[in-house]
Amino acid sequence: MSDDHVYLTLAEGHEDDTRWAYGTGFEDPLHGVDTTVPDGLDAAELAASCVALADDALVSAQRLAEWTTRAPELEEEVALANIGLDLLGQARLLYARAGQVDGTGRDEDAYAYFRDADDFRNVRLAELPNGDFAFSVVRLLALSSWRLAHFERLAAHPDPVLSAIAAKGVKELTYHRQYAAEWAVRLGDGTAESHRRMRTALERVAPYLGELFTAYDVRDEVVAVLRQVTEAGGLPMPVYRPLPGCGRAGEHTEHLTPLLAELQSVARAHPEATW
Amino acid sequence: MVSVLTDVRRARHIAEQVPDPELPMLTLADLGVLREVSLAPDGTVVASLTPTYSGCPAMAEMRADVAARLAAAGYERVEIRTVLDPPWTSDWITPAGRRKLTEHGIAPPGAAPRHPAGPVPLVLTTTRRAAVPCPRCGSADTEETSRFAATSCKALWRCRACLEPFEYVKEI
Repeated sequence: MSDDHVYLTLAEGHEDDTRWAYGTGFEDPLHGVDTTVPDGLDAAELAASCVALADDALVSAQRLAEWTTRAPELEEEVALANIGLDLLGQARLLYARAGQVDGTGRDEDAYAYFRDADDFRNVRLAELPNGDFAFSVVRLLALSSWRLAHFERLAAHPDPVLSAIAAKGVKELTYHRQYAAEWAVRLGDGTAESHRRMRTALERVAPYLGELFTAYDVRDEVVAVLRQVTEAGGLPMPVYRPLPGCGRAGEHTEHLTPLLAELQSVARAHPEATW
Repeated sequence: MVSVLTDVRRARHIAEQVPDPELPMLTLADLGVLREVSLAPDGTVVASLTPTYSGCPAMAEMRADVAARLAAAGYERVEIRTVLDPPWTSDWITPAGRRKLTEHGIAPPGAAPRHPAGPVPLVLTTTRRAAVPCPRCGSADTEETSRFAATSCKALWRCRACLEPFEYVKEI
């Protein structure tokens, strides 16, 4: 194979489908990883943690991908798509791990395409519609700050696979949080209009922050980051309060079902298809 | 019959020469994603690869390429393993890899950030980071235009001296 024609050779017919990175029928992203579950670990609990973190990432990736062709500038479109791609990669690894430990042997496609909204365990903040750029920035700031803090702790998890996925994710999430934080400061400290939109976005995100803090104790760290960013951007610190319902228990807003309908439509119309 | 030692060396050499699908001027060895090539007692060649980013779509392509090259070289039993831990860092790009990136107009990464134990600090100061020299003209008068680019591992920069945009492999 000529090194110059990697993409041409991709377009040729192959008996070996492993080279296809798009569509259904993905190969296992944990291919060749030692998948033994250590003794003494609660497999059901481990699988539930993986699914919740994967659902956050998959739903976020779908929302970020919706910015493609709609972002304010090409650079932002590329950035948001890249962040979504990192999260999609994390979701694939986590779904694969969940399928190995929950006893069902499901692959990543089974989790992503063949579960309904009430089976999803993502926080509701991830599924809210994109709104304007300010809302997407504030949401990304909140979600990436929480996920980074949580993944840092998971890097010491007794399950070696989850711990490795988390250690890798920390590096990616550091870039995501940096991107969101810099935009939050720039918009907060920008024009009267950008400042107004940031205040509105903070108010809209605030009710959903409590849900992020229910499961894992990284609240202080996330609050410290939000305080640092809002102070730098001349913005008020969002005040969060409990909101009825919980995405982690499968209780979602009306926005998740349409998101999944679009995400799952092709896979469900052609359940046996690979391409 | 060649000795086992020679054989594993040859297998390693073949795997090392496989080009990266996204940065084809680099081999997998240059990029630092080929962790190990060994021979199992039953004669299977075991090649271990590590993904650069979790979502890197080139990973499946790399696995298929390594397996195909080893098979073409006569190794009948080949196994490709994924190693997630420790995670890949841009520090593993070899000196030869850095030179090749520069020759192709892509600025190589600086040293990966290291944090003490505890939360990853968020730095919001406007202090500019160390300048990335332009890979075309060498000028230090460059600026970042976007921290994200055509692939996960790169950022977009431009040179204010020669006015050319260029890509920069991010430190991670």
